[in-house]
Amino acid sequence: MDFSDTQAEATFRETARAWISAHAPTYLAESLSRSGFGSTRTGDFDPIEEAKKWQKAKADAGWACLQWPKDYGGRGATPIESVIWNQEEGVYGKLSGTFIIGQGMCAPTMMAYANEDQKRRYLPKLASGEEIWCQLFSEPHGGSDLAGLRTRAIKDGDEWVVNGQKIWTSGAHYSDYGILITRTDPEVAKHRGLTMFFLDMRSQGVEIRPIKQANGDSGFNEVFFDNVRIPDAQRLGEVGDGWKVALTTLMNERLAIGGSIATGFPEIEALVKELVITAGPAIEDASVRARLADWYAKSAGLKNTGARAISALSKGEIPGPENSIGKLVAGGMMQDIAKYGMELQGLGGLVTDPTIARSQAQIQAMLMRSPAVRIEGGTDQILRNIIAERVLGLPEDMRADKGLAFSQIPTSTDAKRGS
Amino acid sequence: MNFDFSSEDRMVQEQVKRFLSERCSLGRYREVMEGETAHADDVWQGLSEMGVQGTAIPEAYGGVGAGYLPLCLAAQELGAVLAPVAFSSSIYLASEAILQFGTEDQKERYLPRLASGELIGTLAVSEGLAEPALDALEVVSGQDTVTGTKLMVPHGLIADIAIVVARGSEGAELLIVPLEGVQRSAVEGVDPSLAAATLTFSGTACEVLVGSGEGKQAYQTLLNRAAVLFAFEQIGGAEQALNMAVAYAKERFAFGRPIGSFQALKHMMADMYVALKLAESNAYYAAWALQNDAEDLPLAAATARVSATQAFQLCARDNIQVHGGMGFTWAFDCHLFYRRSNYLAVALGGSKAWDDHLVNALPGLAA
Repeated sequence: MDFSDTQAEATFRETARAWISAHAPTYLAESLSRSGFGSTRTGDFDPIEEAKKWQKAKADAGWACLQWPKDYGGRGATPIESVIWNQEEGVYGKLSGTFIIGQGMCAPTMMAYANEDQKRRYLPKLASGEEIWCQLFSEPHGGSDLAGLRTRAIKDGDEWVVNGQKIWTSGAHYSDYGILITRTDPEVAKHRGLTMFFLDMRSQGVEIRPIKQANGDSGFNEVFFDNVRIPDAQRLGEVGDGWKVALTTLMNERLAIGGSIATGFPEIEALVKELVITAGPAIEDASVRARLADWYAKSAGLKNTGARAISALSKGEIPGPENSIGKLVAGGMMQDIAKYGMELQGLGGLVTDPTIARSQAQIQAMLMRSPAVRIEGGTDQILRNIIAERVLGLPEDMRADKGLAFSQIPTSTDAKRGS
Repeated sequence: MNFDFSSEDRMVQEQVKRFLSERCSLGRYREVMEGETAHADDVWQGLSEMGVQGTAIPEAYGGVGAGYLPLCLAAQELGAVLAPVAFSSSIYLASEAILQFGTEDQKERYLPRLASGELIGTLAVSEGLAEPALDALEVVSGQDTVTGTKLMVPHGLIADIAIVVARGSEGAELLIVPLEGVQRSAVEGVDPSLAAATLTFSGTACEVLVGSGEGKQAYQTLLNRAAVLFAFEQIGGAEQALNMAVAYAKERFAFGRPIGSFQALKHMMADMYVALKLAESNAYYAAWALQNDAEDLPLAAATARVSATQAFQLCARDNIQVHGGMGFTWAFDCHLFYRRSNYLAVALGGSKAWDDHLVNALPGLAA
């Protein structure tokens, strides 16, 4: 065991650090450090503009999408170099939130399924942040049951005509392109009748409406498709192979390593250090201490699990399945922490006015954002299924739709009709 | 960064694992539990032939001098089979206490025989039906003697020496007490594999390991170091309990399907896995801190301890639940893990004490 860099890693870190300290937007550091819980804080500056500026600067100097081939706008770096970059980028990495879906999920799918011309046309601009991509997967009727999606694409000459609706599309309102999964054959089993495309988000017939979320923010959208025409050349993978293509996308959800996944621990630690409750300083209360110990042990467990993954990458190995636990642990913990942090302050804990509440109402922001953490990118329940089936090798659940053509699968509409 | 054990460490683990799989099935735990023997002597003997007891004891004192990392991995294997031997008491506690605090003379007299397995040591601290208050112990030391009763001393029936925590003139002391002639009576307990005893000292001869006034601090140092090794026993046991649950859920059918296909059980086992992985990663970090005497060892040890206790108690408990009624029979092995998990959870003080240690060790929160 040894926590220091190898000589090559240390040299790389030095180079990265020097470039960052010479070029980073230091005027944003203070605001960015207070980001989190679904928002990127850039003070008086526009978050998308600032994100694009930093991304372009990185790309011009060869620091964008480090692991991608140079021909597609990357650096051809190793996974461990990428981790080191993330550690050094630190707070400025929060500006990358705008590009995560495009670079982390759309790009690997394009690399696997787009033709060479398309890759050379789209990937470098995706890396440089000049073009932003989104992912059009979830639907009102297909969230956890993603393959139950209903958006239809019908072939018409060299084009496909798309009708339907997507939901929970992050950043659709500022995206230039998107990857879109559709149903092209409802008469076969649900996983078999899907086809993937990419499209220009400014195509005729695309309508984007922001969703007002339970916490009052609007980071997601509904996207409606009304006879949207997509050239067949923008199909990714074979007709009917959309599920396979989607799995490529989902498998590439960026491993939360190198950086750290938000758990809420630093916020609750800061709160109980300063808070005085009826019986005295909160930090001296036995029940507060018991909870703090439990949460610290969990957040340290996630951090150390991340360190094991980095260690595996450093040796050229693939990180083990223990990395699947991150969001499951962090989401539930964040919600528990926020609830406890609010309760400790009594009615005062309800105040969301940042000029009155402690720490600009971070606990309250966490309280209202954390339910989404347990849903987005795989619900707690889906994540437990994944751990149980893929890691522990337990058998799949019995499914009511197995072997049925998509058009024959019962829906809630059928249930209301009493059929 | 290399946050993993070396191939040499892994080889030690592999050797111990192979030996235990041949010689230390769960049947050995049952022999002790059912009173056929107090201790698996041949397993102890076999481990000492391999030099496992002396893994972290320096060569100068008859050990192997391989450090704590391979010892952690050996602990994990001993934990996985619930080995009914005095390894934790003798090595993580008694030997470690003498190694950390003993005079040169004490180290030379005791460590070679502890390293070879010729002597078995233990730690005697608890006295009544509550966590012991080190400032108010009833076992007292006099001039080279000790008097009083220690309740529930793990491996007290078979140990040759005990590190006894006693009240001296200025607070707690740590004493080395040879147990020959000391009155011992067996105590029945939740984990019947421990050869646990009540030890009664009546002017028993002893020598001072850590003197009055420094005992409390030394005792906590000892607990921190032992907690790392106990954590590896705990994750070994937790992993084995999870494996049992998963294997059973795959083969047991109900309602015409394997019970492992029911989400209620799948999710329970996913949570067991999560607890185990968090504990494992924290234990790995603590192993590094122990080996390198890192400044943050108290925090790393408490963190490993808190997660490992949670993981083993959860896995052992829910392994029974996955097995249903069969899990509550004497014949199935589930209760053996449950029993051991509860011993390990209180062996170095319960969760309340460790929550406190952890919070005290947080940077900027020192009480």
